[in-house]
Amino acid sequence: MAFDAQAERKFNIVGTRVARPDGIDKVTGKAAYGADISAPGMLHGRILRSPHAHARIVSIDTSAAEALAGVKAVVTGADLAQPEDEGFADVAINCLARDKVLYDGHAVAAVAAKSKSIAKQAIRLIKVDYEILPHVTDVDAAMKPDAPVIQEGRALETVPAGMSQNVTTHCQFGHGDLDAGFAKADKIVERSFKTAATHQGYIEPQACMASLGSDGRGEVWCCTQGQYMVRANCAAVLGVEESQLRITSSEIGGGFGGKTSTFIEPVALALSRKSGKPVKVVMTRDEVLKATGPTISSSMDIKIGMTKDGRITAARGELRYSGGAYPNATVDMGAQAAFAAYDLEAVETVGWNAMTNRPKEIPYRAPGAPTSIYAVESVVDELCQELGLDPLDVRLMNAARKGTLSSYGPTFNDIGLVATLEAAKAHPHYAAPLGPNQGRGLSCGFWFNFGGNTCVSLNINDDGTVGVVEGNPDIGGSRASISMMAAEELGVPYDKVRTVIADTSSLGFNDITDGSRVTFAVGLATIEAARAAINEMCRRVAKIWDIDADAVIWEDGCAKPAGPNAGIHPPMTLAEIAAIAGNTGGPIAGHHEVNADGAGVSFGVHLCDTEVDPETGATKILRYTVFQDAGKAVHPDYVEGQMQGGAVQGIGWALNEEYIYGTDGRLQNAGFLDYRVPVASDLPDIETVILEIPNPGHPYGVRGVGETPIVPPLAAVSNAVSRAAGVRMTELPMSPPRLLKAMTG
Amino acid sequence: MKTIPVETTINGDSAEFLCHADESLLDVLRDRLGMTGSKEGCGTGDCGACSVMLNGRVMCSCLVLGVETQGAEIETIEGMAKGEELHPLQRVFLEEAALQCGVCTPGILVAAKALLEKNPDPTDTEVRYWLAGNLCRCTGYDKIIKAVQTAAAEMRSA
Ligand code: FES
Ligand code: FES
Repeated sequence: MAFDAQAERKFNIVGTRVARPDGIDKVTGKAAYGADISAPGMLHGRILRSPHAHARIVSIDTSAAEALAGVKAVVTGADLAQPEDEGFADVAINCLARDKVLYDGHAVAAVAAKSKSIAKQAIRLIKVDYEILPHVTDVDAAMKPDAPVIQEGRALETVPAGMSQNVTTHCQFGHGDLDAGFAKADKIVERSFKTAATHQGYIEPQACMASLGSDGRGEVWCCTQGQYMVRANCAAVLGVEESQLRITSSEIGGGFGGKTSTFIEPVALALSRKSGKPVKVVMTRDEVLKATGPTISSSMDIKIGMTKDGRITAARGELRYSGGAYPNATVDMGAQAAFAAYDLEAVETVGWNAMTNRPKEIPYRAPGAPTSIYAVESVVDELCQELGLDPLDVRLMNAARKGTLSSYGPTFNDIGLVATLEAAKAHPHYAAPLGPNQGRGLSCGFWFNFGGNTCVSLNINDDGTVGVVEGNPDIGGSRASISMMAAEELGVPYDKVRTVIADTSSLGFNDITDGSRVTFAVGLATIEAARAAINEMCRRVAKIWDIDADAVIWEDGCAKPAGPNAGIHPPMTLAEIAAIAGNTGGPIAGHHEVNADGAGVSFGVHLCDTEVDPETGATKILRYTVFQDAGKAVHPDYVEGQMQGGAVQGIGWALNEEYIYGTDGRLQNAGFLDYRVPVASDLPDIETVILEIPNPGHPYGVRGVGETPIVPPLAAVSNAVSRAAGVRMTELPMSPPRLLKAMTG
Repeated sequence: MKTIPVETTINGDSAEFLCHADESLLDVLRDRLGMTGSKEGCGTGDCGACSVMLNGRVMCSCLVLGVETQGAEIETIEGMAKGEELHPLQRVFLEEAALQCGVCTPGILVAAKALLEKNPDPTDTEVRYWLAGNLCRCTGYDKIIKAVQTAAAEMRSA
């Protein structure tokens, strides 16, 4: 749906900072998250996990656990279906392993018992006989031809013959003559980079309550980014029909992509089927870290050539990602995003994915992009340093703009990169003085944004209020934004609209809350649903006035005659029309179903000042500013919140966060004490500057904003640290020991 | 395992419960008393989502045993608003969008209230260090720190 070409549309509600509808419940402790509900007769489930990185399961003896008083069911992989579809099959064996365990923490069996402590006792009584296999957790090692093979026969056809079977994906993007481009360069920098896997780190662990009868009918309450995805996975893994499962999404305590898969819901359903009771499963933090999605780990080589006045002549990247023990396509997105910020004559990106004995990668905010863009932006910064050029001017000179053939194929439409860079250049932060041991870094960031399958129902209630029913869990205030867009379109006050999130039986299919799609795609569908309701209201009023339907227009929340020829009629408000709907044809509603495209790519620029301590290698973030194009910021507070939250997750990735594996292939730091996410005292204020370059694909110009902000911080912090420390850093995280080692040589 | 009777005061009301010797106060609140406002983010004292006031001090309720609270005064997020009237911190958190998913919010509100009772006029750095035990993964803390300061200013002039 095209951007409304009304010159400078004046919004009444969109762009204001209204109160969110779920707010009171969330500040008073009433909001119900995944673990917050219980049912009469409910059992507690608990999962036994592999202590080995890679092993064959020889046998599982559950008899002692079953004999323990209070234990009502025990399940293993044999209790789940074996779906034919590879994607569902991966979900199934990740929920409960079958022949092999593929990583430390892989689920093997589960029990349901009358209390948490009996369940805990019972899993210790399950005897698993393992035959330990050699393991590999490093991506480069996993690609070697003689590496232990995690799963056989999983490579796509694009992977050349003769490579390790761990290599599952190969992709290539680009255009132009690389050799000619590099020949024109005055300076070429080529560097290799490594980044550790990081976890989404949502504060609420996965939790669910499930019940499934022998007739195949079931209910699940769970914290998820997509109830329809949970339904599809559970149906496939349990071998039941989707129509028989009703999935309700609870309030969700953070997701960031990490709740776009299922780990425990099928297990809880299997336990419930066997025990005949509702079963609640709540993950512990160490289970979350060991067995739910971290993002990829990476190893990358980047080569860029530049003229002495700053024009990039050619660029090449080779990315090796590991998404854990299963195939995945995250490297495709990393490869496509790597050079997206640049207008290049010659560019090539090559990507590989290799399986390792690590948990299954689950998307984390802009999956694939932060690492590849970190490597590219680090090399661009080094070239600027070597050639004595201003890094912002160089980015402006090479910036992608409208009409640029992007490095991954499409030609860009209206994009906000140049405006964002100019805003950064004009900001006082960029000119502020720096002291000793201090450095300033900057980086561009990019994300595609998605649209996707979306259904919205909008009901005009008889008292003149409005109900919106949508199908995407609200992970950052989206219910407020959706109500705002409905109110804007209908011309009614914001507080007359209430948006609720449907369970899977109450509304048609919706894609998961991902790809920064909700405010864009659900917003678009809401506006269209409102327009459908408006058409219907105009039709009803035309009947009352006895004129043609197209002689009635909708303005300021009222039906009005279109012009003098339509006759003289006093306007009718939405409430007046709603009150007599029963006499004019029955209830009034609008619907919209769409597979939305036109999401509109998003760019951001981050500026970061750091100070490094030459004695300890510790880094302090002194100042941080985020510039981002939001298309149209529907609720500026929550746009800023996305920018700030994403930036801080990226800062954690750059400085502290890291999956650390021992030589035994076991995760060494499965807790918030040792897997250290940023805390309040680590950080300064995060300043934000929102730019609004309308997205041509949305009626109000909205772009997704949630993912781009995690992309630039890795390089912004690394470039600042490299300049402050006087040494180029090429590995993340830049934890104090690693930085100290780099500084002292 | 035998259950043990415990008598406490929670949010000003006397509360009696039975619990096992190995049950945390957080489990007692959530599972036995139905007070699910306090959240479990880690169970190991690292996230602060379970913060409550115990005899006037902020504590991680996941690190306290239920049986240890015999005779104690406990305050939780459920006792922070007085009927319909929100505490200034609760109201300002909403007005200034200091929460996104909200799962850290109960713990942060309990901890921030304790800070302002001790130190009505903290610096930003003092707020940041006081809340360093309360993880928030959504907001980057910026709006939380600002909201605490707005509420503090309001409470000082009240
Ligand atoms: S649950 Fe108590 S500190 Fe995390
Ligand atoms: S608002 Fe989500 S963790 Fe703080």
